[in-house]
Amino acid sequence: MKLKGTEIFLKVLEEEKVDIIFGYPGGAVLDLYDQLYESNLRHVLVRHEQGAVHAADGYARATGKVGVCLVTSGPGATNTVTGIATANMDSIPLVVFTGQVPTGLIGNDAFQECDITGITRPCTKHNFLVRNIEELASTIKEAFHIARSGRPGPVLVDLPKNVMAAQYDYDPANIKIRNQEVAYKPVPKKMANVLDMLNAAKKPLIMTGGGVILGKASDELTRLARKYEIPVTGTLMGLGSFPGSDPLWLGMLGMHGTYYANMGVSHCDFMLAVGVRFDDRVTGSIETFAANAKIVQIDIDPSSINKNVTIDLPIIGDTKATLRDLVHFLEEHHYTQDADSRAQWLREIAEWRERVPLRYCQNGEVIKPQCVIETLQKLTKGDALITTDVGQHQMWTAQFFHFDRPNTFISSGGLGTMGFGLPAAIGVKCAFPEKQVVAIAGDGSIQMNIQELATAAQYNIAVKVVLLNNEFLGMPRQWQEMFYNKRYSHTDMTHAPDFVKLAEAYGVIGLRATKPAEVETVLEQGLAADKPVLMDFRISRDECVYPMVHPGGSINQMTLGSREMIN
Amino acid sequence: MEKKDHIISILVHNKPDVLARVAGTLGGKGYNIDSLCVNTTTQKDISKIVMTTSGSQTTITRIENQLQRLVDVISVDDLTNMESIHREMVLERMNLTAENSETVKNAIATNKWKVIVSGDTYVIIEITGDKRQIEFSLARLEPLGIADITRTGLVALTLED
Repeated sequence: MKLKGTEIFLKVLEEEKVDIIFGYPGGAVLDLYDQLYESNLRHVLVRHEQGAVHAADGYARATGKVGVCLVTSGPGATNTVTGIATANMDSIPLVVFTGQVPTGLIGNDAFQECDITGITRPCTKHNFLVRNIEELASTIKEAFHIARSGRPGPVLVDLPKNVMAAQYDYDPANIKIRNQEVAYKPVPKKMANVLDMLNAAKKPLIMTGGGVILGKASDELTRLARKYEIPVTGTLMGLGSFPGSDPLWLGMLGMHGTYYANMGVSHCDFMLAVGVRFDDRVTGSIETFAANAKIVQIDIDPSSINKNVTIDLPIIGDTKATLRDLVHFLEEHHYTQDADSRAQWLREIAEWRERVPLRYCQNGEVIKPQCVIETLQKLTKGDALITTDVGQHQMWTAQFFHFDRPNTFISSGGLGTMGFGLPAAIGVKCAFPEKQVVAIAGDGSIQMNIQELATAAQYNIAVKVVLLNNEFLGMPRQWQEMFYNKRYSHTDMTHAPDFVKLAEAYGVIGLRATKPAEVETVLEQGLAADKPVLMDFRISRDECVYPMVHPGGSINQMTLGSREMIN
Repeated sequence: MEKKDHIISILVHNKPDVLARVAGTLGGKGYNIDSLCVNTTTQKDISKIVMTTSGSQTTITRIENQLQRLVDVISVDDLTNMESIHREMVLERMNLTAENSETVKNAIATNKWKVIVSGDTYVIIEITGDKRQIEFSLARLEPLGIADITRTGLVALTLED
């Protein structure tokens, strides 16, 4: 039967089990939107195309499925670029559909034409321009396959208007696509090497990253660590891949990592790094990073191996299958840790933890941001999905909220995109309407996509925004305080809207806390509401994130806290 | 680490943009392409890209890994340490004058270079060979006044699979 391009589009989406798309219409995609008018596919109308991509991204991070968005050509397409680059840096599976001018006009500088496949080539896993109706179905199928296979990532599909209006005999049985899945091969020799290294190690450490969450390998990693009492630290992207409330958990490592995690890394003699890529914010100075350790790295992508840190034993493979095989191998060969040396290592870590715990001083009449996050943890009992923007509030969240399950901490790690949190939370809440979904934001970053409050209000997507408002671009301000002689160049954000009134103007509940005593009441009230809420917490203006490793410094050299904290 | 010239042979699906993807991957990560040759293979839908670049072994491994990540790349081989033959071609146009005409003709005859076309005032020479032979011809003809040249990238083929 002959179908229109727009009909084929919806059929393939249905076959790919897409249950929601985030989008924004425009001239080049009006045929598609016309087709959507009579479809049951759920569509969420965002207020800016960047918001559509972040929402699809949040949905993908929370569910592990492919997130989908649909935007028009030209500016609609270019507005997706930051969102796509965000997903690309964190290996998030997305399919982004962009409208395009008719094929006959491509290259003519037509109205709302832009070379979006050219623009996004370096920030997508792959992209396609569909040149004719015959390729439409197989291209969309291939896009989904590429997005989710191997190391996942965003794929863009550019859809010219005339292709979508053309007709074609669509038969799903005739669709052939190239397989991109990397077959898993067991590597017993390497497992034996790991066993030898573990036997020789007195101070082993596991470093877990986003690849453990993407590879759904949290259970295997947790089993390995608990069975053999190996302490675990994690990157920002790895939060939740090992239970944050487990005594073996050392918290995050790196620039704002805990003292004990960074000391653990610096003193360990064996490191099992899983699904990480050794970002500069994690390693600090490469020369001194885990300098005493033999490092085993497990990753699905060979380009992540030996990129920044020299690896003693690389294992290329799916994190879940590899960890499962590793646990089997250790069991079969009756590996047991030396109880004395392990107890001594754990004691050493416990001493570091006792000497410099994560801390802050909630005194006086000014709200401390860490206190808001701890109260949020207490009230939700940790049972919440948390998104963040980027900056101080993101680091405080990573430090003070304990993530016990994977896919519950949703944050832009690699690209560090301000304005990510609110639209991402909308995507998460669409996937899990019954869950508490909280976007923790700063007053700088919330203003980068605040228009999405209208989206939340329109569909009553009950996300809760916890705004840690210090009237500063806090992280740049902190750097200016520490490294630029307190010359606060253009980081003062005092001129801001009244966020409570702004929330109300958007049709969202607005609440405010200005004193420590009000924190709990406002959070209780906000969390209880069955509507979207923005809570404006007026926090200490000059609070800094500690510990802090100076840029390029060794991670065991940290500024541990303010005078107030240390005394 | 020692910087060395490397010849990378890349098999790719002959899809639109594939050359841009390969070139962009290197350019975007700050690596240089010194020469490039692209054409189809015996299979119409598969092309071979032969590229020369330079760097330490670590850099070259990074380049190979980054290229392998591309969806349209089938395989990446560093031919530098494999037994392989290499060829380049250069077309050189010499302007003939009363002063140089005799010397140019002698050089062509001695070196058995191939003349593609010649007129009263010019001669176009084709030289095919490995890098050493090409460099030699350029060094020999440059002092006599090369009016223009076009040089292909290097092509290479291994002796065995």
